[in-house]
Amino acid sequence: MERGPNQMLPTGRVEMTQKLITSRRSLLKGAAAGGLLTASPLVSRFASAQSSAPIKIGFQQHSTGIGAAYGRWYGRTTDAATKAINDAGGINGRPVEIIAEDDGTDPKRGAEVVEKFANQHGADVAFGTLFSHVVYGSAPAAGEQKIPYFVVSEGHHVASGKLNRYTLQPGITDVKSQVQAMAPYVSENLGKKVTMIFPDFAFGHDHRDFFTAAIAAQGGEVLEHIAIPPTETSFTKYFPKIPRDTEVLYHVMVGPAVLTFVKELGEFFGPSSPEIFGFIDSLEAVDLGSPGLEFLEGTYFWEGNPRYAQPDQTSFDRNFRAAVGVDDNGASVSDPSDVSTYSHMFGCWETLHVIKAGMEAADYQGPQDRQKLIEAVEAMSDMAESDAHPQGPKVFNGKTHQVFGRQYISRVENGKLTRVHSTSVEDTLYPDEVDYTTMAF
Amino acid sequence: MSPSARSFLLHLGVIAGLFVLCFTLSDYHQGNLARIMVLATYAIGYNVLFGYTGLLSLGHAMFFAAGMYGLGLAMQYGGMSPVPAFAVGILTAAVLSVVVGVLALRTIGVAFMIVTLMFAQSVFLIILYFGTWTRGDEGFVIPQAARQVLGMDLTDPLIRYLAALLLFSSALLITARMMQVRFGRVLIAVRENEERTQMLGYDVFRHKFLAVLISGSISGAAGAAYGLLFGYVGATFASVQYSIFPLLWVLLGGAGTTIGPLVGAVFMFYLIDYSSGFTNAYMLIAGLALVLLVLFARAGIMGEVRRRWAPWLP
Amino acid sequence: MEFGPHLLLATLEGAVGAAVLALTALGLSLVFGVMRVVNVAHGEFYMLGAVVAWFVASAMSAHPAFGFMAAVLIAPAMAGLVAILADRLVLKRLHYDPEATIVATIGILYIMQQTALMTFGPEARPVAPPFNTRIPLPWLEYGENGFNLFYPWGLSTTSYKLFVIAAAAVILVSFALFLSRSRFGLIMRATQLDRETALTFGIPVERVYSLVFGLGAALAAFAAVLIVPIQQAHYLMGADPLLLSFIVVIIGGLGSLRGTVVAALLIGMSDGIISVFFSPTLAKILATLLVALVLVFRPQGLYGKKRA
Repeated sequence: MERGPNQMLPTGRVEMTQKLITSRRSLLKGAAAGGLLTASPLVSRFASAQSSAPIKIGFQQHSTGIGAAYGRWYGRTTDAATKAINDAGGINGRPVEIIAEDDGTDPKRGAEVVEKFANQHGADVAFGTLFSHVVYGSAPAAGEQKIPYFVVSEGHHVASGKLNRYTLQPGITDVKSQVQAMAPYVSENLGKKVTMIFPDFAFGHDHRDFFTAAIAAQGGEVLEHIAIPPTETSFTKYFPKIPRDTEVLYHVMVGPAVLTFVKELGEFFGPSSPEIFGFIDSLEAVDLGSPGLEFLEGTYFWEGNPRYAQPDQTSFDRNFRAAVGVDDNGASVSDPSDVSTYSHMFGCWETLHVIKAGMEAADYQGPQDRQKLIEAVEAMSDMAESDAHPQGPKVFNGKTHQVFGRQYISRVENGKLTRVHSTSVEDTLYPDEVDYTTMAF
Repeated sequence: MSPSARSFLLHLGVIAGLFVLCFTLSDYHQGNLARIMVLATYAIGYNVLFGYTGLLSLGHAMFFAAGMYGLGLAMQYGGMSPVPAFAVGILTAAVLSVVVGVLALRTIGVAFMIVTLMFAQSVFLIILYFGTWTRGDEGFVIPQAARQVLGMDLTDPLIRYLAALLLFSSALLITARMMQVRFGRVLIAVRENEERTQMLGYDVFRHKFLAVLISGSISGAAGAAYGLLFGYVGATFASVQYSIFPLLWVLLGGAGTTIGPLVGAVFMFYLIDYSSGFTNAYMLIAGLALVLLVLFARAGIMGEVRRRWAPWLP
Repeated sequence: MEFGPHLLLATLEGAVGAAVLALTALGLSLVFGVMRVVNVAHGEFYMLGAVVAWFVASAMSAHPAFGFMAAVLIAPAMAGLVAILADRLVLKRLHYDPEATIVATIGILYIMQQTALMTFGPEARPVAPPFNTRIPLPWLEYGENGFNLFYPWGLSTTSYKLFVIAAAAVILVSFALFLSRSRFGLIMRATQLDRETALTFGIPVERVYSLVFGLGAALAAFAAVLIVPIQQAHYLMGADPLLLSFIVVIIGGLGSLRGTVVAALLIGMSDGIISVFFSPTLAKILATLLVALVLVFRPQGLYGKKRA
């Protein structure tokens, strides 16, 4: 069945304001969970449910390791979404409890954490992973433990068919659709001769392969692929490999050295640069006002979700920012230098709302209903732009377990990102590579 | 009782204990212990070279990864079934050990550390460089359907546990036996005094070379088993961090003791798992624990047990 | 870009890397040489320097140059003090046993990394350079009218990068003078040569060790302050300089400070120059294997003495 956005956010119970974001730690500190719940006025709030025990969502968080900057904002967004869902009555009348476990941004620990959710914490579902190698490392554990595993990773892993029926990505689009949707704009407005710079590992190779094919389909070509070793910390020495007749420089970098990369790019070209188009991944959680980034003025970025509030901002985006605590510049309201990972973290918010919608459609009661939950999510398709989906409208493909949605292109103007183009959802579609619904549970 | 009978009983007891545990532990700890046994096998491999022969390698992740990728690629692209693929994994690690052994054993001490570190770093980068097949850092999944041996489902928790136990006990018994025969005693002699061993007429290079080969192959077997039992193959396992881990486990558990690698791996796993339950700063706790342990139990856990209470401990 | 300008650019970039590497490795070499301690936490003292530099620079609202100057003074001092504390509390009690110190410094590494994560945070944070002008570089080309000078596309450096090279050179030279001319330098060399004899001559070896450990950390921190306006401070930034310094110290030959500096230049420069000829990752693989093979065929390093 399909569920419209209005059914996703139960209205009516919005007067409830007390937050119920219980982490395992806070529970450990105080009394036992049951005692806490029965002693509080919450019990009447969630009384309509058959069980008032919380729905436990295991949150695989990159608290340490290379993904920690993302993990922190994924955590804040997850807390905000949980609060919003609980304030609106929870899921099936039951409160949601987030159990956060650090995976150290490591695939081995990731798998262990998924097993911990399933066997130790008795979590109903697992959720939240960003880095692709952790997704790959953890997905087998999810399949074996038969626990639904909702990733927020933008990797092509889910839609490529390499994972299993228990792994889904309903809250964020994948790199293949993002990249191919950029090619028409780049070739029409920036140029047809492209040089690509990307990290020499799987995420970079996805960019290389998908964009090279997509730009060729637009009548353009990639002159040179420059793959940077992931252990690299200085970049200038690679830039001379950029051919002189390059019209567009396409860059994507991740990791702590991204700022160095972008700065050195500016210093290399000086005043005479080609058009520059980058993925905002190169600058997630980085202040555009950082010293050395002045040269980015006039360059273009893919954004998953515009970091700076645009003039035509929707009420959904405004509410989302307010809930998470992000100002109009995409930074924390309490610390303007603490810049968010705005192009990715909405995925946590949307995924949790999809879990809620799925659980309500499946009349989810407990782990015995996990398969029903997956079938309910597989049955979803259109997701309208709403408070549950503030980034934009989406279409979920139940067969490939992957969601598709709008992409944005922004230009740096006066030190801020101004959106200059929105793709349609159709621009991002590609033929199915798998049908998970035919696989056994 | 003679020392060798005692140690035989000890190893039998450890294996029997692990066997019994798999029926009494909760699902969660059973899963953990299966993982720990595979990692402890890796540490046993490391211990052969470091604990007994006295060669400190900082690059053992390359052997672990060679076993893992040997198995993974054979299954993924060669369409092999797990048993021959497992053999390919061990063989890959063994071949790499031969190459590394021949070259790196020309050096000693810190130079040996750096040479092994550099070789491991090259292996890590080579895995990334051939990303088309290895899928680089992202790695790939070995599908659940392919992880079947003789009609047994290796993804079933109990069977997986028993498979891990089989691997671990083989490695434990082989190395324990090795240290009782002359070959093992020569290794210890090399550790204690290389020149003197040479003067006594032993071929030191040949012994060290065989130690690298055995150590690398056991580490490779652990890597292949990890890929097979847990379904994931990735470059992370070739990174420096994964070369440091077995060193830590062995030093914690007691270098040059047969069950030290297991004790160290269990200790480190549960230290992190437990402390991450109440703080995100579990690395801080792990760090403090390491410092305290080294201050107050220098020889590692089993090493201290041997020193204080059980001098017979193998 | 043409071959010549490309090579020049790679050489310049390599020189910046080599300068910073030489300082970091010098610190490690000192500790290694005098104390025979493998300090796995050396990279974390480098990280500490960068992180302190960020705190200092962001606390000063005046011109970036003041923040940078303050960081140059404060960050190495802080790192040195932390190192002395670590020596007194841990290493000394281990009697500098080689294996035990490895485990202990791994523990210290974890502690420092986690502390940085909790106080400084997971982001990469930049420090503004005191000055930074892009300097386009000219190139000579032989054409129809003989040699003519022109400015190839992309061939440039910055004033700050040149400053880094100069500053590192000044420190290296003054350090060499300090070692050979000062009393403390003499004491350090004596301790390095023969600990027992130094003790019998009344040298307070333990105090020397503490100071050497602190000095080694301070050198790493100083290198980090120099690099942090080019690369950013990040709590995981210590791994790379640790590995590279290790390589440099061993390639240079244990205990040979001259070897350390030569090896830093060699490795820093070759990393840049090999990248001219090969694809980046392949260049890294070749550079790494080259280092390994140098050691395989010259295990004592470039300047080390062959063991009898």
